Amino acid sequence: MATTDRIAEPWGARTPYGPGGTWPTRVDQHLADGVSEDDVDRWVQSASVLHSNGDGLDIAVKDGRVVGVRGRAQDRVNHGRLGPKDLFGWQANTSPDRLTRPLVRREGRLVETSWDEAMALVVARTQTLLRERGASAVGFYTSGQLFLEEYYTLGVMAHAGIGTNHVDGNTRLCTATAAAALKESFGCDGQPGSYTDLDHADAVALWGHNMAETQTVLWTRVLDRLAGPRPPAVLCVDPRRTPVARAATVHLAPRPGTNVALLNGILHEVLAQGWVDRAYVDAHTVGFADLERMVQDYPPERSATICDVPVGDLRAAARLVGTAERLVSTVLQGFYQSHQATAAAVQVNNLHLVRGMLGEPGKGLLQMNGQPSAENTRECGADGDLAGFRNWSNADHVADLARVWDVEPDAIPHWSPPTHAMQMLRYAEDGSLGMLWVQATNPLVSLPELARVRSVLEQDRLFLVVQDIFLSETAQVADVVLPAAAWGEKTGTFTNADRTVHLSEKAVEPPGEARPDLDIFLDFARRMDFRGKDGTPLVHWEGPEAAFEAWKECSRGRPCDYTGLSYDRLRGGSGIQWPCDDEHPDGTERLYAGGRFSAAPDVCESYGRDLLTGAPVEEAEYRALNPQGRAMIKAARYVPPHEVPDEGHPLQLVTGRTLYHFHTRTKTGRAPQLQAAAPEVWVEVSEHDAGTHGVAEGDLVEVATPRGSVQARVRVSGIRPGVLFLPFHYGYWDTGGGHVPDGPGRAANELTITDWDACSKQPVFKTAAARLTRVTAAGGVSAAPTTTGSAPVGPAAGRVPDTTGGPAGSAESRLGTAAAPPRARPTSSTGGGRATGGWS
Amino acid sequence: MRIGLALRQLHRDETDLAEGLLHLSERHRVDHEVFHLARDLAGWSADHVRRIAEVAPAYGEDLDPDAVGESRLAERVRERLGDALGRSSAPELALLRDLREVYLQAQGVSVDWELVAQAAQGIRHHDLLDLTRRCHPENLRQARWANAKLKESATQVLLS
Repeated sequence: MATTDRIAEPWGARTPYGPGGTWPTRVDQHLADGVSEDDVDRWVQSASVLHSNGDGLDIAVKDGRVVGVRGRAQDRVNHGRLGPKDLFGWQANTSPDRLTRPLVRREGRLVETSWDEAMALVVARTQTLLRERGASAVGFYTSGQLFLEEYYTLGVMAHAGIGTNHVDGNTRLCTATAAAALKESFGCDGQPGSYTDLDHADAVALWGHNMAETQTVLWTRVLDRLAGPRPPAVLCVDPRRTPVARAATVHLAPRPGTNVALLNGILHEVLAQGWVDRAYVDAHTVGFADLERMVQDYPPERSATICDVPVGDLRAAARLVGTAERLVSTVLQGFYQSHQATAAAVQVNNLHLVRGMLGEPGKGLLQMNGQPSAENTRECGADGDLAGFRNWSNADHVADLARVWDVEPDAIPHWSPPTHAMQMLRYAEDGSLGMLWVQATNPLVSLPELARVRSVLEQDRLFLVVQDIFLSETAQVADVVLPAAAWGEKTGTFTNADRTVHLSEKAVEPPGEARPDLDIFLDFARRMDFRGKDGTPLVHWEGPEAAFEAWKECSRGRPCDYTGLSYDRLRGGSGIQWPCDDEHPDGTERLYAGGRFSAAPDVCESYGRDLLTGAPVEEAEYRALNPQGRAMIKAARYVPPHEVPDEGHPLQLVTGRTLYHFHTRTKTGRAPQLQAAAPEVWVEVSEHDAGTHGVAEGDLVEVATPRGSVQARVRVSGIRPGVLFLPFHYGYWDTGGGHVPDGPGRAANELTITDWDACSKQPVFKTAAARLTRVTAAGGVSAAPTTTGSAPVGPAAGRVPDTTGGPAGSAESRLGTAAAPPRARPTSSTGGGRATGGWS
Repeated sequence: MRIGLALRQLHRDETDLAEGLLHLSERHRVDHEVFHLARDLAGWSADHVRRIAEVAPAYGEDLDPDAVGESRLAERVRERLGDALGRSSAPELALLRDLREVYLQAQGVSVDWELVAQAAQGIRHHDLLDLTRRCHPENLRQARWANAKLKESATQVLLS
């Protein structure tokens, strides 16, 4: 057993392996100080939250408290490994400032109350609004961090109970473009590839995806391939010199907002060189001729000029992806949160289609997401889409859903596309939305242009309900606050970015009167007395397992079919990938094998949208374009971002995350090791811009855009000249201001623009024109981590201390081969006995 | 031959559409997608206007390639108006009216393009036909956008 400082070494020790090999097992574990394995009363099966990777883990329980975690050796996702946020993030659960009682606003102040009174208030306001103004006055803004059972219940009660079209999740900020791009190309949501494709790949392309920091365990898999025989080539597209960039064979750092120009240039070269699988294109796609025409306008020289990258590097990138025999692509926020988000992500799909790189080992496409259960938000319809990837503009799909729910089809809103989060905010702004119920998300820090968001959510005329585990910035301005149980305190399932479904069992009791989100929804549904056509309750389930069974029926026959899964099947072994049904009893590793898509007009989830205007495509047009349900190659031209640098704001601002934190630090800020690794905001500046602006490492600077300003200390990093980076994690809950700045601001979203991709409706966080001004030489260095994309460069780099965790940041790991039986003995026992470890 | 007349009409209607879109954008700055998209789509029409002006001399017409840019000053005034419309529900009804106007303008332009395309085929002028093939689909996308935006907004505006 080895002990490693996992703050200093986020990815842990190497276990090299070669192409086609099995990723060796390495079981990582961290227990609270003073607790040994022998002290643990029981291990309870779960999987990781705080990112989308879905690492299987067991929660250690002693005396009714969570005391640590251990990776599950037999899980297909992580083979025992855990990342820093998995190892240390659980401590937030036991934080003393957890919400333990419902709160209601009285005379301007939040005061404790009973569940009965809080829920009665919520129900009364809902009923009043329904009576006086109708369902379009009520909206729900949910999360990517609840469980499947909770989203499904929310979707049913919002869509069929209330009848509102205003249901979305914060997945709008993280994974909306993944879903949109998959619908555009394949007619339906659903991750085509599998993490196991990395075991076979000879080339891995990361498009705006800093995997090393967002999915640390998946990056560990890549690092182990890179350390083994015949490693894959790596392409990194990122304006920052991230750990991925440092490991890359080719690194392109394009000007922010130019991804479509970049991809069009690469596709131009791929087509010009004849690196095209014509047989695949002819048999399985439509639209290739449009792409050929479009990319004619983007010779590499032109794209290189638009993107400001060396044309030789662009050609090298094209060669890397064009000549690979087994290409894996992953896409994330560098594309999704940037300008022309869907159009850019679709071009990556196009690359895989023209190269025939789908549905076979190592030929994998991963349109990623950022949150642990974002996939469930999408498939259960809690992001506004209809449950089970049903098509809101297909009357048969709506009728089928109405049958499952036992309601009239016209009870399900489907007259227009679902209302996205930013539009809901607009409806709250104009007063037509009278109530917004927010769950497990913190829009007062995470939405763009915070001054505006505050002015909207703090309106007296808006009834704001916030359901959370802490008194977040958003909860502080709520009218009613509902205390929720956290992960580990409730049971449910969730599905990661490669469709792996995990069961997460309740390990301990929630604090005080906090309740599982599912129980809160069920209570609301009961009080509202939602009923189906036959007069029986619309939401007819009582607990998580029954909710899961109800969802299974809803998913039957759809591309995300769960009918072959059950809590029992998910207990003990590895997570299982959907679709899992009679035909695929052990799940499905890859979608679209043999070029078979879910894109037939009667099957598809969406007829698509115009990539530039976002206008939905009509059914007749789709039928004409794609009668046989092939994959669709959709070309797009590059258009410049809406906000470009000018004299007053000569730089471009991008925001993003760091390895040690998640979202607005609601949990990671309360995990001492993670908080210490990145304790305060910083701004990354290139050496070049530091020189021209007369700033140095550690200086306090102001970053301003037309929306506002923040102050932060400078980290001189390897970021592209002309670009600034601000981490978006730092709000105000742990400052004197509470939910607002008490002096200069520090939340990145003080600066961001209210603008979104017309197709996916994902807000743009990667192109804002900004100005940098020195405030003072603060002395010392910034607190940015040195292990990540914020690693220091230049003359001051030597005096920046390495990011380390010390003894508190260490974790144990054991190497070994996985026992890996498909159905290992359940490790979650209700008795007191310790379960056996998964390694030999 | 009356192709010149048809081009002049098209030029005028595209200019009007561009200004209708700019007007829509300015009046509804607080509806951010309308603000940005209407501006983008006005750019398409401005591009069409330039291209129409380029071919017009061959048909005996002298048309202004920069016709869309002229009303800048009036725009500024209306931008302030847009800011002032702020937070009451009245601007939402105005949004439906303005989108309706743009939709109808775009439909009119579509008919203009059809007329020009028919003439271009009859006379076998490939440059002119190519122009219609380039611009007419974009015009249809403008119309579809306005229509989609109408559908999307109508329920909320009319029921609230």
